[in-house]
Amino acid sequence: MNRLDYSVARPAATSVSINKVLKNTYILLSATLIFSALMAAASVAFQMPPMTYLLSLGAAFLLIWLVLPKTANSSSGLVVVFAITGLMGFGLGPILSMYLALSNGPQIVATAFGGTGVIFLGLSGYALTTRKDFSFMGGFLIAGMLMILVTALANIFLGIPALSLAISAVVIMLMSGFILYDTSRMIHGGETNYITMTISLYLAIYNIFISLLHILGALGGDD
Amino acid sequence: MDWMQIGSAILLGAMIVFLWPRAKQMLKETRKAEAGEWQSAILPILAVMGFVALLVMMV
Repeated sequence: MNRLDYSVARPAATSVSINKVLKNTYILLSATLIFSALMAAASVAFQMPPMTYLLSLGAAFLLIWLVLPKTANSSSGLVVVFAITGLMGFGLGPILSMYLALSNGPQIVATAFGGTGVIFLGLSGYALTTRKDFSFMGGFLIAGMLMILVTALANIFLGIPALSLAISAVVIMLMSGFILYDTSRMIHGGETNYITMTISLYLAIYNIFISLLHILGALGGDD
Repeated sequence: MDWMQIGSAILLGAMIVFLWPRAKQMLKETRKAEAGEWQSAILPILAVMGFVALLVMMV
């Protein structure tokens, strides 16, 4: 009897905890995206200099690497998540200002914003409805990410615009893969910490937005 | 070479250094894909690229 009780109760409990991780992740992700957008708007309003982008990103990555691993399992992790996303949002200001100064700039920014939303919702919806296990993609995605970082580093010195566009296109593909991979990890119980999941999905959305902005700005035709 | 390029290079270099151990661990731990699994991942990603092409044409 006890064995029967356990076999029935365990999947139900697992399902409840998976749904809780999904719910908490999407609530926190929504809140951080709104906060990030407000910080970006403030940064545009204050007309922050281009160096703001690098400094904010550098500070945010220091928090991700050094502080988040120690706080992800406590309530202080929430403060760290908002600090990271706030910094990254604030760093977007100079980039947005640059694109908004183009004649079709507002259209480019709005299209990149809407496009990112559609990509994220579409991929999340695909992973959630099919419930497929994309855990096999982990090694490929991280290796691809490393290759892109090395190529981007080389292109700082080479300065090839076509390579820069190719990097943005590959980043969109890799981040799309990360959305599938992360969502599948939540569905299949591979990740139970909604704070780290939020940061992971936020980074994918952020990178898709930046890359889309770059591609639309370069190929969108501002005459 | 300006300060933005130097800063970007430092940031990217740091990302590579921090990501390297995690990448090695993930490459070791990731399971192999079964038949047809890659197809189920590549199709939505190709759809994303098609959507990006559509956005480029729209702007």
